[in-house]
Amino acid sequence: MSIPLSWYLILAAALFSIGLFGVLSRKNAIAILLGVELMLNAVNINLVAFWRYTDPAKMTGQVFAIIVFAVAAAEVAVGLALIISVYRRRNTVIADEIDLMKW
Amino acid sequence: MTADQIIFLLCAMLILGSALMVVITRKLIHAALWLVATLFGVAILYAILQAGFLAVVQVVVYIGAIAVLFIFAVMLTRREMLDKGVQTRSTWWLPAILGVLILTGLVFIIIGQPAFGRSAGEIPASVDTLRNLGAALVSPDAYVLPFEVASILLLAALVGAVYVASGNKK
Repeated sequence: MSIPLSWYLILAAALFSIGLFGVLSRKNAIAILLGVELMLNAVNINLVAFWRYTDPAKMTGQVFAIIVFAVAAAEVAVGLALIISVYRRRNTVIADEIDLMKW
Repeated sequence: MTADQIIFLLCAMLILGSALMVVITRKLIHAALWLVATLFGVAILYAILQAGFLAVVQVVVYIGAIAVLFIFAVMLTRREMLDKGVQTRSTWWLPAILGVLILTGLVFIIIGQPAFGRSAGEIPASVDTLRNLGAALVSPDAYVLPFEVASILLLAALVGAVYVASGNKK
């Protein structure tokens, strides 16, 4: 294990930035959710890397990574259900056109 | 440069390259497939970090469930968006600048911390990380409460997803 911890952190930062760019620049609501998945994965890389590089006998990092898995699954299930429901009613998945609650 | 570092760099190139394709590719179904490649690279990273259980969970839950769900959603809603011109906003350069700024800021912070430059020691042979993980998830003086909250969250999310997606049948 001759990889410095900072390599993992920089990789996670880059993945997070790419995900942020995807969330902010895409039109399609499904593509926005894809960007959110990238950001959640970046967080998970950080959690597991810190677990490995501090005290591997304490499982805090891995436990939180598993909880992030569960939250990501819940987020995708509800998010995609909402998108499909909106598509059924308004026949669009473009985030700009879903403006029913816009004042 | 050791073999570890070369494997890490290859894996990082896979992750970042396919993540870039996720956010810039035009066809949404291709973006979902590139997401699978990214998730697989992250699973390899977990294996390098000796978190074998998380690597398996990543493949089963993320690739097996979440990515497939994305592909289903793309197929159910694609008629509208099929290659209809650009898929990004006209002001896509603004988030690009923001992303580059955040990345450079984080890299400066990370490089500035001397504690982050060290390598990890070996995991002692007496420590069974998988056993510890299982015990931590169900032990009352560790993480049983977050674990149960996560399971209730999943249940509520799935019931809600079924209700929302099934539509109103009056």
